[in-house]
Amino acid sequence: MNMKKLILTLLAGVSLLAVHTIAQAQMLINGAGATFPYPIYSKWFDEYAKVDPSVRFNYQSIGSGGGQKQITAETVDFGASDGPMSDENLAKAPGKILHIPTVAGADVITYNLPGNPKLKLDGEAIANIFLGKITKWNDAKIAALNPGAALPDLPIVVVHRSDGSGTTYIFVDYLSSISPEWANSVGKGTSVKWPVGLGGKGNEGVAGQVKQLSGAIGYVELIYAKQNEMPYADVKNAAGNFITPSIASVTEALATAKIPDDFRFSMVNPPGEKAYPIAGTTWLLVYEKQKDPTKGRKLVEFLNWAMTHGESIASSLDYAPLPDSVQQRVLERIKTIKY
Amino acid sequence: MVSEAATLLNPPRMQSAGSGFGDRAFRWLTLLMAVSVFALIVLIGYELAQGSHLALHKFGWRFLAGSDWDPVNEVFGALPFIFGTLVSSFIALAIAVPISIATAVYLTELAPLWLRQPLVMFIELLAAVPSVILGLWGIFVMVPWLRSHLFPWLQSTLGFLPFFKGAIYGVSLLAGGIIVAIMIVPIITSVSREILRSVPNLQREAAYALGATRWEVTRIAVLSYAKKGLFGAVILGLGRALGETMAVTMVIGNTPQIVASLFAPGYTLASVIANEFTEATTDMYLSALFEIGLVLLGVTVLVNALAQLLLKTFAGPGVKPQH
Repeated sequence: MNMKKLILTLLAGVSLLAVHTIAQAQMLINGAGATFPYPIYSKWFDEYAKVDPSVRFNYQSIGSGGGQKQITAETVDFGASDGPMSDENLAKAPGKILHIPTVAGADVITYNLPGNPKLKLDGEAIANIFLGKITKWNDAKIAALNPGAALPDLPIVVVHRSDGSGTTYIFVDYLSSISPEWANSVGKGTSVKWPVGLGGKGNEGVAGQVKQLSGAIGYVELIYAKQNEMPYADVKNAAGNFITPSIASVTEALATAKIPDDFRFSMVNPPGEKAYPIAGTTWLLVYEKQKDPTKGRKLVEFLNWAMTHGESIASSLDYAPLPDSVQQRVLERIKTIKY
Repeated sequence: MVSEAATLLNPPRMQSAGSGFGDRAFRWLTLLMAVSVFALIVLIGYELAQGSHLALHKFGWRFLAGSDWDPVNEVFGALPFIFGTLVSSFIALAIAVPISIATAVYLTELAPLWLRQPLVMFIELLAAVPSVILGLWGIFVMVPWLRSHLFPWLQSTLGFLPFFKGAIYGVSLLAGGIIVAIMIVPIITSVSREILRSVPNLQREAAYALGATRWEVTRIAVLSYAKKGLFGAVILGLGRALGETMAVTMVIGNTPQIVASLFAPGYTLASVIANEFTEATTDMYLSALFEIGLVLLGVTVLVNALAQLLLKTFAGPGVKPQH
């Protein structure tokens, strides 16, 4: 019995030591935030582990709000957010936080109509539908945009997100920019007071409701709509062209959007000819002055890799990569991170 | 012989607890456990109040009376959520209580012995289904069926009542109530069964002796004796119903409004916290959500207190719930 105990204790001690040594060899960098880019970030961390096996990344998709809070509280090494941090929230951080845009996505307008016609919509029509002013599918304004389409006499059932989300932020940002009435009465945020409509939880909730209700209309992420083969509308952009949502049209929107120095930009309704108007980017939030020099160096190395190699694999997961012009500017900004 | 019987009827008093370190330690330990439960509830209430002080300061009582929930302009009012929580819980009770009590009566009084164990097992299994799974089933199976079959039928037969007027989307307060009913049936049934089982057989035998029929025995001897305990079981179910989150948020439509129609979508206190907490970026918004939590705690305590008060009016002998 004593011999057995001795062997077991030795075994435990050795394994603890072994685990400790292995843990020491790999550095752990923690991040938390947005749910939208979670798939692409996971793929990046996976690929980067092959490039540099000495560092491991851990990312928790707790939501943009959580990401902003945790980076401010310095409980994580980097944050991620679908919406830019407000001046108010930036002021709360103990140091200067840089916004690093990584990839972009789009919101598509999905609907459920008998016969599944391909619809064209413009900003005004979308705003009026979501404000509750256009209530039937065969309304004159929708018919004018879609000559020849068989629009039924069904009431429009609006479906929106019930949970706070970057997807909602992009959509209401767009509506605020093209409709003064929306900007005044509703405004923009990750959660808003919707004038009409049912709330579904997550992209799945909205998609589920739209698929079940005849005459429903809602907004979901482009990636989600593509992977679930949902019908979506062509939207008229600022240049007057009806654009089908796609990765190319989102990258085009990024190329023509006005991007200020601190990278906190909105890319809805950009002027480009082929740009899709309802799109937004997602950011990584890092401190300009990194507290830990080794971690800081590893983080910067990863960001450089992501901005060059990572961008090229973004489209394999249906995310729109940054155009070259923006990539160069971001790489310049990454050089300013001190560690 | 007589002295033996006397000893049995009047057992000698045990030595008072306090002698021996073990006894005292046990007494203090169990006291500590009991007090810690109470302290936990007080601590939760305190933390909620702390977190919501911004909103409490800004809105005061208007928070409970306001119907606006506007995160952009930071105007918050909890009335639609309180309405949704209370209505969906009471619909759930109205559906679940008759089913549960009837099931419990069947299981204790009428079911053949070989059937009792399997039935009990199935009911416990229902309790084990996670809330999210039930929510998914609700949104993909139950809601379409409600929308195409039950709701139109209700509207055609009872459409003159204001509760059954209005457009039918499927997701609604009524759907929320139904799914919560499914979740609380196992609890109420289990506790009711225990209560009914504890009714002494003497009561039943006495009723039979007076010439009562099967149903009269159940009604007079069992149910009325167990009234208090059954009420307690219902209150347990109500407590669960008030706090149910995931399943409800998937089928209730998530629209903060107060309308008479049960087919209209609604919103509950627990759902709004689950939906909006992770993305709440401003302090006032977070504080308002904390206050919703405080209101939910308050509503639960209030409903329980009211129930206890009602219980006192049904004073009488009976089996108290052994929980």
